[in-house]
Amino acid sequence: MTTVLEAERRQADRRRRWGRIGLYAMAIGAAFLAAFPFLWSTITMFKQDQDLYTKANNPFWFTDPPTFEHVAYLFTNTEFVTFVVNTLTVGAAVVVITLALSLPAAYSLARLAGRWGERMGIAIFLVYLIPPTLLFIPMSRVVASLGLHESLWSLILVYPTITIPISVWLLMGFFKGIPRDIEEQAMVDGYTRAGAVIRTIIPLVFPGIVAVVVFAFTLSAHEFIYALSFISATSQKTISVGVPTALIRGDVFFWQSLQAAAIIVALPIALLFNLFLDRFISGFTMGAVKG
Amino acid sequence: MSDEAVTGLGTAKALGPKRSLLDSERFLAIGGMTPAVLYILVLVAFPFVLAVLLAFSDVTVGDPSLDLVGLDSFRQVMADPVFWQSLRNTFVFTIISNALVVIFATALALILTKDFKGKWIVRFLVLLPWTTPVSLAAVTWLWTLDSIFSPIDWVLRQLGLIESNVIWLGQPDLALASVIWVHTWRIVPLAAVIVMAGMLAIPTEIRDASDIDGAKFWRRTFEVEIPLMAPIIGVAVLFGVILTVTDMTVVYVLTRGGPTHATQVLASWAFFKGIEGGDLAQGAGTALFLLPVLIAVAAFILRFARRREIL
Repeated sequence: MTTVLEAERRQADRRRRWGRIGLYAMAIGAAFLAAFPFLWSTITMFKQDQDLYTKANNPFWFTDPPTFEHVAYLFTNTEFVTFVVNTLTVGAAVVVITLALSLPAAYSLARLAGRWGERMGIAIFLVYLIPPTLLFIPMSRVVASLGLHESLWSLILVYPTITIPISVWLLMGFFKGIPRDIEEQAMVDGYTRAGAVIRTIIPLVFPGIVAVVVFAFTLSAHEFIYALSFISATSQKTISVGVPTALIRGDVFFWQSLQAAAIIVALPIALLFNLFLDRFISGFTMGAVKG
Repeated sequence: MSDEAVTGLGTAKALGPKRSLLDSERFLAIGGMTPAVLYILVLVAFPFVLAVLLAFSDVTVGDPSLDLVGLDSFRQVMADPVFWQSLRNTFVFTIISNALVVIFATALALILTKDFKGKWIVRFLVLLPWTTPVSLAAVTWLWTLDSIFSPIDWVLRQLGLIESNVIWLGQPDLALASVIWVHTWRIVPLAAVIVMAGMLAIPTEIRDASDIDGAKFWRRTFEVEIPLMAPIIGVAVLFGVILTVTDMTVVYVLTRGGPTHATQVLASWAFFKGIEGGDLAQGAGTALFLLPVLIAVAAFILRFARRREIL
C-alpha cells in the first residue's frame, strides 16, 4: 500500500521535473527567437570594420578586439542626436495634448454619460481602427495647406489622433475602478464635481495617467508613415524615420553605427514598457468591466 | 468683477441643494467629451472624407485642383498589374503571419503566465520585437538578412548546407518569406500580452477545479485552458490583422517592395504612388482598398463588445 503511494508520488515528481525543464527550454527558446536580431546588432555595433567585413570570421565573436569607435561616430558625425531631440519634443507635446483631451473625456464617459456614453466609448475605440495608412495621403494635403509641411508641428498636430482614442479607453478603465462614493463624499463636503474630481479622483488615477504618458510617448516614437510622408528635411526627422532613411546613404551602410542607433533606442523603450506592462494589462481589462 | 464672483459664489452656497453649472452632470459630460470628439472629427473624419474625394478625383501634386472624375482613377489603379500583386501580397502576408501568430502567441502566453526563475529577463527579451519602433526593428533584420554578411548564412555555411549566400531579400520567394517572418515576429509579443490580459479575466476557480480533477498537463492545456482562451485569442488576431494589413514599414525598410514589386503591399504601393509619385488620386484610391478589411474587423469587435465577453 505505502509502496504504491510512494511510486505514484515519485512518478508525479518526475513528471513535474520534466514539466519544469520543458518550461525553461521553451522560455529560453522564445527569448532567443525574439532577441536574435538584437543580439546580432549588439555584437555588430562594437565590431571593427575588418572583423565585420570578413566573411569567414565568426559573426558572434570578436576576432579583433571590440571598439567604441562606431558608437562615438553615431553621436559625433551623424544627426542621430537631432533625431532623438526631435522625437522627445514631439513625444512631450503629444503627451500634453493627449492628457488634456482624454482625461475629461474618459471621466465623462466612465461616470456621467450612462448608456449613451458606453456607445460613445465603443465609437472612440473604433476610431483606433482607422489607421494612418488610410489617411496619410489626405492628411499630407491638410498638413501642407496649414503650412506645416517639413515641420515637427505637423506630427504634434496629427499624432494625438492615434493616442487619444487608446488613452480614453485606458483611462476609462481606471476611472471605473474607483468607487463613486469617493467624489460623492467630497461633493457632500461642499466641493463642486469638478473640484471633487481634481482633489480626490485625479490622484487616485495617477497610475493610469503615468501609463498613458508612457503609451502616448512610445506610440509617437513608433510612428513611421506620417513622419515619412510629411517630412523629408533631415533636420526635422524623428528617430523612427531618420535612422532608416538618413543613416543609410546610397550603398554606403554604416552598419555598426546603424545597429548602435537601433539598440540605443530599443533598450530604454523596452525597459519603460516592462515597468508598466502589468499596469497596461490591468488598465485594458478594467476598461472592459462594466461601469 | 471680483465682487460679482464673490456674490455668485455666495448665492450658490446659500441656495444649498441647487447646484451650480459645474455640478450639472449633462453639462459636464458634454463639456468633457467635446474637445476630444472635435479633435478626432476634424483630424480623422475630415481627412477620411477627403481620402474618398481624392480617390474619385484626378488630383496630382502637379495639378492640385480637386476635379471629380468618377471612377477614372480607380480604373487606372486597377489597370496596373503591380496593384493586383500588392493586393495579393497584402492578403498572403496577413493570413500567413496571423496564422503563425495564433500558434506562437498562445504558446508564449502559456509560458509567461507560469512562474519561473529569470522570468523578468525572458519577458524583457520576448517583448523587444514589439516595444522597439517598427522601423528600427526592421533595420536589425535588414542587417541580419544581409546578402553577404548574414549571420544565418554563416551558420548554414558552417553546417555545410549552403556554399556561399542565401540572399534572403533578393529573391522573390525568400523575400516574401522574410517579410512574413518579420511581421509574425513583431506581432507575437503584442498578441501574447492581449491573450495574457484575457487569461487574467478567466476565474481561477475553473483552473483550480481542473487541478483537483487531476487533469494532466497536456489535457489541461488543450481541453481547459486553450478553449477558455479562444475568444481572447480571436481579439488578439484582430489586432494582428490590423497591424499587418495596414503596415508599410517592414516592406519599406527591408525591400522597398522589391525585388521588382514581389513584396509590394497596398500600403507601400499607395505611398510610392501617392507621396513619392505625387499621384494623390491613385494613392488614395489604392489605400481605400484596405477599407473592407477594416470594416470587417470593426464588425467583429462590435460583436464581441455586444456579447460583452471580453471587450
